[in-house]
Amino acid sequence: MDHLLELLADHDDASVLAGGTDLMVEVNLHGRRPGTVIPVGGLEEMREWNHRPRSNSVTIGAALPYSDMERGPLAELLPALAQAARTVGSPQIRAAGTIGGNLGTCSPAGDILPVLAALDATIHVLHRDHSRDIRFADFMTGVKRNCLTPGEVVHSVTVPLTRGWQGYAKVGTRNAMVISTASACLVHDAEEGHVALALGAVAPTIVRAVKAEAWLSRQVDLRGTFRVSPETAHEFGLRAASETSPITDHRSTAEYRRHAVSVLARRLLERSAS
Amino acid sequence: MSVVTGSSTRFGALGSNANRPDGNAKVQGGFAFSSDMWAENMLWGATMRSPHPHARLLSIDASEAWKIPGVECVVTADDVPGLPNYGLIMQDQPVFARVGDTVRYLGEPILAVAADHPETCRRALAAIKVRYEVLEPVTDPERCIDGSAPPLHPDGNVFRHQRIVSGDQTIIGEIQVEGTYEIGMQDQAFLGLEAALAVPDTGGDGVELYIATQWLHEDRKQIAACLGLPEEKVRLVLGGVGGAFGAREDISLQVHTCLLALRTGRPVRISYSREESFFGHVHRHPATIWMRHHADAQGRILRIESRMVFDGGAYCSTSPAVLINAITHTQGPYKCENATVDGWALRTNNPPCGAMRGFGVVQACFAHESQMDKLAAATGLSPVEVRLRNAMETGDRLITGQIMDSVAPVERCIRETDAIPLPPPMPMDANELLVPGGTGLTALPSNIRRGVGWGVSIKNLMYSEGFDDFSTARCRISNGAVHVKFATAEVGQGFVMLAQQIARSVLGVDDVYLDPIDTQVGSAGSTSASRQTWMSGGAVDAACRAVRDELLDRVATARGLVRQELRIDGTDIVDALTGTRIAVAEVIGDHEIDHTVEYHHPATEDLDENGQGNCHVAFAFVAHRAVVDVDPDLGLVKVVQIATAQDVGRVLNPLSVQGQVEGGIAQGLGLAVMEEIIVTDGKVRNPSFTDYLLPTFLDAPTVDMVLIEEPEPKSPLGAKGVGEPPCVSVTPAIANAIRNAIGRELPRVPVRPYDICL
Ligand SMILES: Cc1cc2nc3c(=O)[nH]c(=O)nc-3n(C[C@H](O)[C@H](O)[C@H](O)COP(=O)(O)OP(=O)(O)OC[C@H]3O[C@@H](n4cnc5c(N)ncnc54)[C@H](O)[C@@H]3O)c2cc1C
Repeated sequence: MDHLLELLADHDDASVLAGGTDLMVEVNLHGRRPGTVIPVGGLEEMREWNHRPRSNSVTIGAALPYSDMERGPLAELLPALAQAARTVGSPQIRAAGTIGGNLGTCSPAGDILPVLAALDATIHVLHRDHSRDIRFADFMTGVKRNCLTPGEVVHSVTVPLTRGWQGYAKVGTRNAMVISTASACLVHDAEEGHVALALGAVAPTIVRAVKAEAWLSRQVDLRGTFRVSPETAHEFGLRAASETSPITDHRSTAEYRRHAVSVLARRLLERSAS
Repeated sequence: MSVVTGSSTRFGALGSNANRPDGNAKVQGGFAFSSDMWAENMLWGATMRSPHPHARLLSIDASEAWKIPGVECVVTADDVPGLPNYGLIMQDQPVFARVGDTVRYLGEPILAVAADHPETCRRALAAIKVRYEVLEPVTDPERCIDGSAPPLHPDGNVFRHQRIVSGDQTIIGEIQVEGTYEIGMQDQAFLGLEAALAVPDTGGDGVELYIATQWLHEDRKQIAACLGLPEEKVRLVLGGVGGAFGAREDISLQVHTCLLALRTGRPVRISYSREESFFGHVHRHPATIWMRHHADAQGRILRIESRMVFDGGAYCSTSPAVLINAITHTQGPYKCENATVDGWALRTNNPPCGAMRGFGVVQACFAHESQMDKLAAATGLSPVEVRLRNAMETGDRLITGQIMDSVAPVERCIRETDAIPLPPPMPMDANELLVPGGTGLTALPSNIRRGVGWGVSIKNLMYSEGFDDFSTARCRISNGAVHVKFATAEVGQGFVMLAQQIARSVLGVDDVYLDPIDTQVGSAGSTSASRQTWMSGGAVDAACRAVRDELLDRVATARGLVRQELRIDGTDIVDALTGTRIAVAEVIGDHEIDHTVEYHHPATEDLDENGQGNCHVAFAFVAHRAVVDVDPDLGLVKVVQIATAQDVGRVLNPLSVQGQVEGGIAQGLGLAVMEEIIVTDGKVRNPSFTDYLLPTFLDAPTVDMVLIEEPEPKSPLGAKGVGEPPCVSVTPAIANAIRNAIGRELPRVPVRPYDICL
């Protein structure tokens, strides 16, 4: 790890290589020619995950591949993360792709990002000379932009474990292996009595639907198990969608994206309630 | 017709699931596709393409590229020694755009370079300065009809305008249904990308090209003309082909690769990337089709009116032939003699379009099958009943005046499809991946509505309108072994296996050696139009029979037997008089026999100005019934089951037919719900598999099929082509099923999620 940080500090043109499922597309398709490439996949501490019962949280190494999240004990602790991981690409992509890479690329369509946003994840960033803990909301700054500076690497991500339902849903025009047209992650914190909703691919960054969340808290007592009427769920969806600013491109239209996230938000809320 | 008897369905013979000679290598990754080819001292080639859909090419300055170490050659239009243009029907497409002339689509080749490494090529292309005067692109084909578009080419903007005026034009039906339908631009999306290796002859007056193509001899004709060489100086060898679907009918990198090799005196390979491939080959024509059906109160079709507009893009390719296929299939597999059809194939600054599996019939079928459901609704009949009532039969007169003289089991296709059990309703605890939305977990079974839809089609086989697309095969017994040679492009369909099956059945041997597929034998015609089993199968069959007949003559003479009493049964020669059996393997070592035979199909005619004429050779039929699950709120679709009964004449290899049927259905499903090249202002927006979506395994439905075997007397093996029909009517079947589920008109494919839910 120290060696990695030394290398990164000495080469400010360096590209970190994790699974390469974004970086190699940049190289092969978009003609990117990184001067220095530093692989991180071999660093055991970045490929581990740890359950910390004391702080009731899980820390996930940035280079842990998706295939380790979609099933097994980590999937049981964080079902929304497992569902998001399962939607990424194909088995080959999931065997290589990592959270660190999803954060490095920071595409609004990145499937892990809404999960990190809904869970209020903390991103642990290391540099030879310093370290920073960054809230996800502050980490992603725009379309394919984040707040990393040269010499920094994402080491790991910590998310709190909550009691309550959580889930991820993603719309694409194909039943598997498709880039998100719109996505949503909903996390119910039954102790705090709160529902967090994060929306993907409908704005330059991941959107936390804070107004809809607050509105819902006023409508329904969200402590423990709860029920919502179809009308409340419907309105929750519409309110969440109004917090987005989607675009029209070759993948879909702004109108459809806004509509789709409202449906996803409604359905996820209904699932969390039943 | 060869007769398949019980004994000749021995393993490896006709009728059996013979092993494919290329099968193990392909499954194990050992098969050399053309992009795997390599030669000692080889250079790499790369192509520069226009970044504009319409522009005047002002200048090319390659001086900086020549200074880069490792760059060996730059060729432009000035370096093309022969014809400057090529094309399958009209020679209107430049090998390279010429300075002073215009470029007509985004991706049009400007020049090519050869260098010691692909990276050097990339740098060379980046160093070349090309100046353009950007022009307004013409992207609406209607502007070529109303004349408001400027001429884009000296040959004009109309590739073909053809009417069909047939029977009584005055009939007004008690029931009329009409609609305007749109079909998006589909890509063939073969997996084996374009690649070629050109090896110059020592002395430089000829070239050998290893190429993934559909028709070696047609390629050679066009390449030789552009190189200014006699055809015998251009030898083509088939490289490993990873799929074709029509996209390899036109020339792409052939001339470029040969030019670079001849210029440098070294072998040159060009391999396209996936992105370049989207610009390097033609696509399925996007089309707008208006149709009105007149019917009586019982739902019988009396007359059809239609107008079809096919956007051919920048160059002609096969647009005129695609158009003819579309308009002559207006009626679908239904009886009707009265029609008025107006068909246009036009030039625009959109990507060039040409051949793709189904060749014009896909577009026509989407329109007529959408109409049939409207007719069913208007008459109160079921979709099945309205189709049965109109089902075409052998002997019917078509709207072209041609008499249907193929076996035409349309009614049987529909009834047998109808008899296939429907799948059970979706259980409330269904596997979540099988609900529309799949891995996205967007819906629960309770969110879903199910629909059922029908599509039935007719598809012509072989080339049309007077074209003599014959095939050649050579069979020889030499050194005790049977060898078969042909120039038939094996593109993945399995002809290499079929040729062996035929030889085994006709000659009674187990081991059949295939010679290399190249231009050292006569043309086989194209691996297109569902024609190779009939045409090259016919040629191989005829060549093997000629060899067999001579062998039996000689055996009779040598052994003093009566020739007429000898026949081959299994792997033996049997004398019917005495019952004596002689193993074929025992006698062939004594003989050297060699026959080359051409097989021609019956001649056809051009259409006249009213679209009348016997323009097609033969037809095949198929019915599809689709069951879909739809999420009406999100517009996502999962095709659950396709039931199909296909008219195949005779099954020569069950597994191979199954593969064609399932693959064609997946391709038709793609067009129904996801596959589209999106073009705005002449620019392709999604030239990658990230955004050009092909069905995955999770999108593929269960296919339940019945193969209808009514041997076609005109076909040499009794078999009809099975390649195209599966992808023709499955698209409207799926669209009709979605319409059935949600009650919307959905006049366009692919059906997009927002078409369903907004
Ligand atoms: C066929 C295919 C399908 C795909 N499908 C999906 C999909 O469905 N959903 C989805 O979200 N994505 C998808 N992707 C994109 C990609 O797989 C993901 O974004 C993945 O998370 C990238 O991880 P990686 O380890 O491969 O990143 P890499 O390609 O190795 O790196 C990506 C970027 O992040 C940087 N980086 C990597 N690790 C770190 C680190 N620890 N610290 C700082 N920077 C770092 C790299 O320098 C680079 O800029 C797909 C890609 C392909 C090729």
